Amino acid sequence: MLIPYAKAGSTVQIKTGDWKAFMPLVTAEKCIKCGICQNFCPEGIMGKAGLVPDIDYDYCKGCSICANECPVKCIDMKRVED
Amino acid sequence: MVVVTKEGARALGDVAVNCSVEVCACYPITPTTHLTEELAKQYADGKIPQYITVESEFSALSALVGASATGTRTLTTTGGQGLLLMHEVLHSAAGMRLPIVMVVGNRAVSSPLNIWNDEQDTISQRDTGWIQIYCKSNQDAADSLPQAFRIAETVMLPVMVCIDGHFLTHNVEQIDIADKHHVDKFLPKFRHPLPLDPENPVSVGVYANPTHYQMFREDLMNDLNESKKVIKEVGEEWGKITGREYGLVNAYKCKDAERIIVGLGSVMDNAISVVDELREKGEKVGALHLRIYRPFPAEELRELLAGKKVAVLERNISLGAAAPVYVDIFEALNVHNGHSKEHAAVISSFYGGLGGRGIKRSDIKGIFEKIKSKNPVKEWVCSKPVATNA
Repeated sequence: MLIPYAKAGSTVQIKTGDWKAFMPLVTAEKCIKCGICQNFCPEGIMGKAGLVPDIDYDYCKGCSICANECPVKCIDMKRVED
Repeated sequence: MVVVTKEGARALGDVAVNCSVEVCACYPITPTTHLTEELAKQYADGKIPQYITVESEFSALSALVGASATGTRTLTTTGGQGLLLMHEVLHSAAGMRLPIVMVVGNRAVSSPLNIWNDEQDTISQRDTGWIQIYCKSNQDAADSLPQAFRIAETVMLPVMVCIDGHFLTHNVEQIDIADKHHVDKFLPKFRHPLPLDPENPVSVGVYANPTHYQMFREDLMNDLNESKKVIKEVGEEWGKITGREYGLVNAYKCKDAERIIVGLGSVMDNAISVVDELREKGEKVGALHLRIYRPFPAEELRELLAGKKVAVLERNISLGAAAPVYVDIFEALNVHNGHSKEHAAVISSFYGGLGGRGIKRSDIKGIFEKIKSKNPVKEWVCSKPVATNA
């Protein structure tokens, strides 16, 4: 008998960022540290608001919301090669 | 043993208490409203520890998924549209291997709206991974409910106990209800191997990617097929306690029969009485009640029906295709797996009696007459044009 159970907190081990097709790249010099990308990121992996984004690529799904919302367009989405 | 004279649906409330049900969550729907009412009353009287009032059948079964995962004995009841609304959760409950038991009062499905009996609702749920027990009388139902819990908790799969709406649920008759101390011995306390527990947190029914998903489904399929052995053993053990033994099928005078009607539900009690009548006239006929429809008892049917003229009588259809029970039986008898071709049976399909249109003794006699021919028949039963006000 197989029961589909998992120990709580299993996503600490299981990195869920490997299915992204595009990855966000930040040009730090252009960043105005407004915090909009950090607030809009649905995964909460852009680091602390008020600082230049520090992206945790292990969990970034590549949704592009940060790049779309950035007022100074300092985030580019780059195709991830397999 | 206590013999009571009670309505079928209400009697099952007493049986549920004897089974030490711990959590109920029900949303009332005809034809099992009286069982819902009875379970709520037993809760109010302190005989069932928890009763969750919910806003829909979807929520009823969802609540029991959570309750069952903590390791409690759970029961719900529904029928017709209510069962259809549960469809998604039916798959989940079986996939999570939760031994939830449900009493279904079989009811026709919309549209047109109809509250009367046929078996379309449960037959439409045959692929969900639930074990399905069909009862031909209220005595069958009262005996099958404790067995359902025992089977469910042994093989860790959910079980539906299907009773014909109105024909059984609203039928007042004498029912022999097993005593609580007998049931207690038969039905030990349920222990979940890995219960939900805040001290040792787990996620239930988690995501499985393409690498793992099919492995779970293959395992579920295998365990459901293997459960036939447990269902048989449990039925035999129940026979030792009460004198009424149960198996995967109830074969009535089938051994030397040339013509056999196979079907499920209360209509088979009618078929059995027709068999008695025709036997007195010297006709070699038999009746076979398909008690367990899922897992499908293909081997038993192959053994009992080989070389005979068979009529499959069912009160459900598959729109745009042949009737489902007929298809299953046809497959069981024609895919030989080493069996010789001479055992092949002539299998006819009769479907109808939908939405409460009763299949009478005369209809059953007509079916026995029709399958005398060498060629199989495929047709509606009880089909009659009704004047419309067009």
